[in-house]
Amino acid sequence: MGNPNVGKSVFFSRITGVKVIASNYPGTTVSFTRGFMKLAGDEVEVIDVPGTYSLEPASKAEEVASEMLQDGDLVINIIDATNLERNLYLALELLEKQTPVIVALNIWDDTKHRGITIDVEKLEQLLGVPVVPTAAITGQGIKELVDRIPEATSPSMPVRTHDERWVAIGSIIDEVQTIVHRHHTWLERLEDASAKPFTGLPIAALVLGISFLVVRFVGEGLIGYVFEPLFERLWAPLMMNLSVVLGSGGFWHDILIGKLFDGEIDFFQSMGVLTTGLYIPIGAVLPYIFAFYLVLGFLEDLGYLPRLAVLLDNLMHRIGLHGYAIIPTMLGLGCNVPAIMATRILESRRERFIAATLISIGIPCAAAHAMIFGLVGAQGVQYVAMVYGSLFVVWIILGFILNRTIKGFSPELLIEIPPYRLPSWRVLLQKLWMRIYGFLREALPIILAAIFVIGILYTLGVFDFIANLTAPVVSGIFGLPKEGVVAIVVGFLRKDVAIGMLAPLSLSAGQLVVGCVVLSMFFPCIAAFVVLARELGVKRLIGATAIMITAAVIVGGLLNLIL
Amino acid sequence: MLSPKQQLTLRQMQVGQSGTVVQVAGGRGRMTRLNALGIRPGRRITKVSSMFMRGPVTVRMGQTQIAIGFGMANRILVEVD
Repeated sequence: MGNPNVGKSVFFSRITGVKVIASNYPGTTVSFTRGFMKLAGDEVEVIDVPGTYSLEPASKAEEVASEMLQDGDLVINIIDATNLERNLYLALELLEKQTPVIVALNIWDDTKHRGITIDVEKLEQLLGVPVVPTAAITGQGIKELVDRIPEATSPSMPVRTHDERWVAIGSIIDEVQTIVHRHHTWLERLEDASAKPFTGLPIAALVLGISFLVVRFVGEGLIGYVFEPLFERLWAPLMMNLSVVLGSGGFWHDILIGKLFDGEIDFFQSMGVLTTGLYIPIGAVLPYIFAFYLVLGFLEDLGYLPRLAVLLDNLMHRIGLHGYAIIPTMLGLGCNVPAIMATRILESRRERFIAATLISIGIPCAAAHAMIFGLVGAQGVQYVAMVYGSLFVVWIILGFILNRTIKGFSPELLIEIPPYRLPSWRVLLQKLWMRIYGFLREALPIILAAIFVIGILYTLGVFDFIANLTAPVVSGIFGLPKEGVVAIVVGFLRKDVAIGMLAPLSLSAGQLVVGCVVLSMFFPCIAAFVVLARELGVKRLIGATAIMITAAVIVGGLLNLIL
Repeated sequence: MLSPKQQLTLRQMQVGQSGTVVQVAGGRGRMTRLNALGIRPGRRITKVSSMFMRGPVTVRMGQTQIAIGFGMANRILVEVD
């Protein structure tokens, strides 16, 4: 256990080998992860707990932490050595309980260049429990800590009031810590510049602009130079052979290979399990997943996101949230599932509802981005801008309406801003790999299954039936061909496949824009839906769903009239 | 010498000014949270920046930087050096 952003998750994955996502902002971990470690020949369960400033919880994630404490036999209290004073508050609270504690003085490697010296032996005496300096990122001190776990004790300190605790901390700090002044590093200068409005806002615009360009550059580059050639030159001939073997037609040919266009496979439109089914997740989406999470991971580990939260706090208050909600929102640009989970860092149920609803409606995930860039981008950049412009306007207006109509108010921002830290490549790449692996493991089977089922439903003519049934809405309001409903239905499973299904409809650029916006706004994909249900509860889920459908119909209809 | 030192709220303070927190007002929940972060009477605090249009105020206390919402910043009283 420990304060937010002291490196608990990195520490956890060091001692258990279980990989977890770690970043440089308070609140990366919002639920607990279990792992096991060997201790004197026994398997011991270790739990990575969300960070908390005190045992009196102020958010859902902190509640989780306080509850976990009651089940533990031993607490490893991770302390940020560069921030001893504040971290000792939770430490003292823990030492008042009956559970044995051992303290890890983490981020020890950073104390030297910050001019901080800590007398570890003295601190150990004063706290009455083992204290071990560690640097979880490099692994320094971890072994010593694990070796000393049997020494952990509970000194049963007297229960103190808030003020008494701070007085006690003050005297501990006086005895063990000395700080010498030293010159500012360039990272600290940058810290100051990005916090002030006149330099901060241009920096934010620059950071977001560069991020966007890097994501596009890396994503397009990977598609153009790696994945496209791989599919066109290696996979396509192989599939053509299979096509001949299967007799160039028939049920299995249509399911596995799909339709041929002028005797060729069109990876976007053929809709075979082995052609489009593999191409969408691997050839079209994966490159963007890679590019997006590379950039996001860098910003996370640098510690930029909380600064963005401060800059945007004003705007976010207008839509019933405070600035910190920008973090789940940014995560949502990758995948809505972890984004909705991350809304736990917000304090009130009202905020969580607004944030989760806005994310499901206005924030397309990386899979959707990839398809929008691929499909709409082919028609011209201005149409891509129209899709995102519409979604952004919807996000703002809807937030504004929700803020006005839902009872309550949004609490004020109160967050710790971490120092900039140069990202560790080890942590960054491990996180990137976990996210890519997560995408492949969760999305690939669903996409393949979806294409398979779509193929069967087509041959059974089910879609024609639905298409005729929903024609008034789809054609009448959205101005799409009635077959467009298939994409909307599929959108419930996967957004990428759904957007891909607009490809064979030979839509005009305007219709594509309407289609993409409606698909992004309508139901979130099934995975996001399940998380939404879990986080909001059924009643609020129904509310959120009603908002989504209404908004999608209204916006789709309006866009159809305009374009 | 009735008031030898000037008392200002965090919002009124100039960027770059330092002082000692003398009073923190607010609801119980917020007080607990501010307390756990170390914002309490007697604490040395420096204002780092403030966003325009009623945006949050950023302060530095020891090694920590904290952003505080406008309304809350208005209820934290600091004796300026």
